[in-house]
Amino acid sequence: MSLTLTDAEWDIASGAQGEGMAMAMRIVAESARLLCAARLIPIASAHIDGALYHGDSGTLFAEKLVAGCAKVAVRSTLNVGALDLTGCAQIRLAEPQRGMARRMMDAYRAMGCETSWTCAPYQAGHRPAFGTDVAWGESNAVVFCNSVLGARTNRYGDFLDIACAISGRAPDTGLHQATNRKPILTFDCNALDQAFLGNEIAWPILGSLYGRLVGDAVGIVTGIGFDPGEDNLKAFGAAAASSGAVGLFHIEGVTPDARAGIAADATMAETIRVTPEMVADAQRRLSTAEKPDRIDAVAIGSPHLSLDEVGQLERLIAGRTLAVPLYACTGRHVLQAIDADGRRKALESAGVTIVADTCVVVTPIMREVRDGVLMTNSGKFAHYAPGNTGYAVLFASLADCVESAVTGRPVIGAEPS
Amino acid sequence: MTMERCDVLVRGEPGRGTGLVLTAPISFWGGVDPASGTVIDPRHPQHGVSIAGTVLFLPGTIGSSSASAVLMELVHRGNAPAAIVLHEPDAILLVGLISAIEMGWASPIALRLDTSRHTQFDGLSVSVDSEGLLHTM
Repeated sequence: MSLTLTDAEWDIASGAQGEGMAMAMRIVAESARLLCAARLIPIASAHIDGALYHGDSGTLFAEKLVAGCAKVAVRSTLNVGALDLTGCAQIRLAEPQRGMARRMMDAYRAMGCETSWTCAPYQAGHRPAFGTDVAWGESNAVVFCNSVLGARTNRYGDFLDIACAISGRAPDTGLHQATNRKPILTFDCNALDQAFLGNEIAWPILGSLYGRLVGDAVGIVTGIGFDPGEDNLKAFGAAAASSGAVGLFHIEGVTPDARAGIAADATMAETIRVTPEMVADAQRRLSTAEKPDRIDAVAIGSPHLSLDEVGQLERLIAGRTLAVPLYACTGRHVLQAIDADGRRKALESAGVTIVADTCVVVTPIMREVRDGVLMTNSGKFAHYAPGNTGYAVLFASLADCVESAVTGRPVIGAEPS
Repeated sequence: MTMERCDVLVRGEPGRGTGLVLTAPISFWGGVDPASGTVIDPRHPQHGVSIAGTVLFLPGTIGSSSASAVLMELVHRGNAPAAIVLHEPDAILLVGLISAIEMGWASPIALRLDTSRHTQFDGLSVSVDSEGLLHTM
């Protein structure tokens, strides 16, 4: 199948509406050709992951679009940047990288993107309707958008996300097409204890296992007898999209495509019967630190903490003071709420460092510690912290993370909030 | 001489280098240092190996949608692989090359070749021409 562009799309790609728009249209069209899409389709919104500084090339790319007068054609929220523009956390990024990161964030704002700076835009008011086509970047946001909201997006990489936002179009392929959203395998959790599934720690572990076993396939999770709630689905999706290339999952009776009967006439190639032993193994794999006798920091909030999750953190700290730094990463949508009633100040007095607009694995925030040990309840942090921060990781529940932050040594088995 | 004719995925520059066959899928973001091209994911079996200047054979990519940004940065710094060979087209990763070409930077060619044909090139000096012909030297 070869790509056919409309006359209007050809004109845009040739520069009829400016060089920035032309560059965006060419990137979308070239990606569509690569993916064997027959045409481009209009999109309703975008979430842009491209404004995180990984080096000067991304800044120069964004500035070239701005110089070409490019503007986003649809609602476009921004994922995290490399700086905390709210001033909550000190970022240890030195010049000239710091200046280049700032220029990059400014360029995306200049193109008309919303300064949401969060990896959980779906909890910051950006919730496209069921069945609409959108172009989202950031692996956890993509999987949430597809799976929990039922909007349709592929996993848009950096640069293609902004190119779709500017052109207002995306390649008609992959998860935009109903037939590709059908599950081809079952991830059967019937053998797992319902009490375990009711605990928050189950979801990043299951997500991590799911991602490793299914890769980029679409699966349906069965044997979950209740709605685990958005924060647990967020944790599952983020972990699955870290250990695998998951763009969409279904949970029987829970997620909207599943409730709409998507699995009814699906042809299943495989059933993965999840055992408690597989879960225990997946949990072990999330940690890289071997029997540490101390921890150097705790990091939570990947994806960014919701207001509910900040409430859990407060209940677990219960007025105590922390012995090691606890980094709580969140977005402005939560920061505004906890700023307004003095809760941020109370958390900071207890020893919590609020990190907004960014997070601890994408930019240098945590101090450099030789053989440092980081404790986290996030499957995504557990996956990326060793490579990106140099810290070894100890994965545990939020309750254990807080108890350990209070005592400064690893505590496993604390009571949940 | 070992030779394979491959589909061209992205029309970059032809190149030559040592064949490096990754034995497990990799997330470029968090898995490869965007400045140097070294594999930094301690869970990856080839942790510590550099992909810069190699003819890189990828069994698959996983994880973050910032893979494209890491690859474009490697191109900009001159530390990209000399050519990239994938089992199947990966739009996330290859957008890094498409964008780099829009920026006017010399970018490596990307090809498609079934994973089962990758290992024969491991550790050998490999050349890739602009038509997608891959051969040992």
